[in-house]
Amino acid sequence: MTPGTDARSGDFRLSMLLYDTRYRSFTLQFIALVLVALAGWWLVANTVANLKALGKDFSFGFLTVRSGYDINQRLIEYTSDSSHGRAMLVGLLNTLLLAALSCVTATIVGVFAGVLRLSENWLISRLIGFYVEIFRNIPLVLWILLIFAVMTESMPPPNAFRGENATSSMLFFDSVAITNRGVYVPEPLFDRSLGNIDLGVFLVSIDLLAIIAVLSVCFWAWRRLKTQASAVQNATGVRPTTWWKSILIFVVPLVALKLALGFHLGMPELRGFNFAGGTYMRNSFFAMWVALTLYTGAFIAETVRGGILAISRGQSEAAFALGLRPGRTMSLVILPQALRVIIPPMISQYLNITKNTSLALAVGYMDLRATLGGITINQTGRELEGMLLLMLTYLVISLIISMVMNWYNARVRLKER
Amino acid sequence: MDQSPFVRKEMLAPKAAPVSETGAVGWIRQNLFSGPLNILLTVISVAVIFWVVTHTAPWFLNGVWKASSLVECREILNGATGACWAVITERWHQLTFGFYPPELYWRPILAFVLMLVALAPVLYPSVPRGMFWFSLLYPLIGFWLLWGGTLWLPVVVLLGPLVGYVVYRMLRSYSSALGMILGAVAILAFWMWLAGPLSKDLQRIFPLAIREVPSRDFGGFMLSIIIGVTGIALSLPLGIVLALGRKSDMFLIRILSIGFIEFVRGVPLIALLFTASLLLNYFLPPGTNFDIILRVIIMVTLFAAAYMAEVVRGGLAALPRGQYEAADALGLDYWRAQRLVIMPQALKISIPGIVNTFIGLFKDTTLVVFIGLLDPIGLSNSIRANAAWNGIYWELFIFIGLCFFIICFGMSRYSLWLERKLKTDHR
Repeated sequence: MTPGTDARSGDFRLSMLLYDTRYRSFTLQFIALVLVALAGWWLVANTVANLKALGKDFSFGFLTVRSGYDINQRLIEYTSDSSHGRAMLVGLLNTLLLAALSCVTATIVGVFAGVLRLSENWLISRLIGFYVEIFRNIPLVLWILLIFAVMTESMPPPNAFRGENATSSMLFFDSVAITNRGVYVPEPLFDRSLGNIDLGVFLVSIDLLAIIAVLSVCFWAWRRLKTQASAVQNATGVRPTTWWKSILIFVVPLVALKLALGFHLGMPELRGFNFAGGTYMRNSFFAMWVALTLYTGAFIAETVRGGILAISRGQSEAAFALGLRPGRTMSLVILPQALRVIIPPMISQYLNITKNTSLALAVGYMDLRATLGGITINQTGRELEGMLLLMLTYLVISLIISMVMNWYNARVRLKER
Repeated sequence: MDQSPFVRKEMLAPKAAPVSETGAVGWIRQNLFSGPLNILLTVISVAVIFWVVTHTAPWFLNGVWKASSLVECREILNGATGACWAVITERWHQLTFGFYPPELYWRPILAFVLMLVALAPVLYPSVPRGMFWFSLLYPLIGFWLLWGGTLWLPVVVLLGPLVGYVVYRMLRSYSSALGMILGAVAILAFWMWLAGPLSKDLQRIFPLAIREVPSRDFGGFMLSIIIGVTGIALSLPLGIVLALGRKSDMFLIRILSIGFIEFVRGVPLIALLFTASLLLNYFLPPGTNFDIILRVIIMVTLFAAAYMAEVVRGGLAALPRGQYEAADALGLDYWRAQRLVIMPQALKISIPGIVNTFIGLFKDTTLVVFIGLLDPIGLSNSIRANAAWNGIYWELFIFIGLCFFIICFGMSRYSLWLERKLKTDHR
């Protein structure tokens, strides 16, 4: 690997820094370091000079100043008297909400589409192929604008739902209303609510925490049940019947919780000129959600298809030879192996969704970029600080997502020796 | 008299397969109605197709092709459902060229045709190799045709490599590596400080110029293609360098590459574009102001290069270690090993990923609308701002979407063709 090692160490010449492989990498790294340091120094010096010329300083103090603008869609308490920092938090939560919902729905759509594209049914596989190609080859911005236009231009106004001969009707047993102002869906209500915890920054509903806690306990119990069943199977060769226990483990605590909290759905109703009650999703949010779901779903479909195709036919043939039924072949043999192929590209799809939420700009959804990177920057004139903070936030979200998904990936990875 | 039982002497002709198993009927039974689930899926698909076709076909077919405003369209339609394709026939030149002066349309068209000529030797190996020289020259020709101005600028820029070569020749006898480094420095210095004034002087002495077109007049698909093609051409080499940097033995180079790649991949492109339009003035010396299209191209290139680096890294990782070892055993140095052994194989493996990145980059050119450039989507907004076409959505979106689809789908088909062509394993 290192020609010239026979050179005596005594007579070091300057040209050896370039020609001797022992020293060359040091030289190159040193040059790179100097260049990067110079570039960094140049940028910082320019920035300082420019800021000075504009009479600005570099501080994040604007985050505590009164914002003075309203945000029409928010998950936490916010008024125009709140600070810019809080506006940023509202935007961040909106971004995260959109990203999380889109990740879930895009995964569902993608998995279905990916499996159906492999279907033996000629018609459905062509139909899904058409869906995948058309969404993958047209820019996301166009889809967002198109769906937004469908929502605002083609959906009925609320007064079309009124009267004896209404031209439109609500969907799903009068629970969902799609209007040109947005979508109204039922909201969860609690008669005996447990109230909220004030975290100082925002309120957290105890009801939600209770539901999460109960669900986690259910999951824990369910996993224990499975482990025990496997232990029995390993010892005796017969797997005990567990399906009714599994159902009980999930149903009983949830029903008890529902009764305890007095949970029911609040339906949207037509009152006056508009719908009242229920959860109101703005067109901007809905268009973003649908567009991100369908667009990323098409990419996930290709990932899933590729993952399933990557498993060699011999695997399913071997499983059939062992006497496994097709369903069990899929769940025990094909899917665990396909998942290893599917998960790494899935990570980047989730990251893409999170980053693509910033296209909310096209329809005016108030995400992180619209609050911190838009109105706050315009009002305070702090482009530098605002953009740096914006990029840093996105970077942290991305790193967290990829960390979590990499951890999951490491868990399902083939353990090689 | 022969007592043996009857034995058939010749084979019976095979019977035709049952009608239900062959031909159209058999195909339909096998592919559409082979089981309950399949029947259900077929019924659902047919219902979906029927619903979509009955709802959109009249609108498409009933379209109006000649009208000067949306109102006129509606008058012609007289209450019937129908598209107003007239907006495309009236404004297609704007969607294609933006606000480029109409009498100069021949220049972008010529540049586009020459671009196809320049791309031919890159895309198809059967084209004569001599054409590569034209491909290398094309960036300057294309730049001059599109932006116009003095011919002396591209000519002087061409002189740069000549200057570098002269420096290299002078220093070669002393040290060839030093000659190469100083030659490169000389080219850069020549371009940065000498090319501008020199071309101005030459222009004063021998005026040789075509009309200059400012960047703000650029728009439409022309702008998308300029940004997209330049970004594609620059991001692949940069991505390869970054991927090699990430796999390098040198600690500092590796850290810098990883830092750059992860930073760019963690930030949305919009944030980078806003940085280009809002913040670049902070980072550059006071008073510098350079072209917005150039800024966008730089940002899009850096963005795509980070993704490209990851794709190429995947290809490098998929290559068996034996290939690296074999290259070492042959005594090839690092760059020769990369050029002759590693890269041809690694790039072949990563063709699908590379083309996907290209397609993503081309689609991302639509984001420039957010920083005020007039790409097709930005132009669709400005067409709608005109009173004559206020309220027209579908026709414009469908036209723009169709153009993007054709280009991107073409790219993915080309990658499939290339993959098949380069396939060397016999499976």
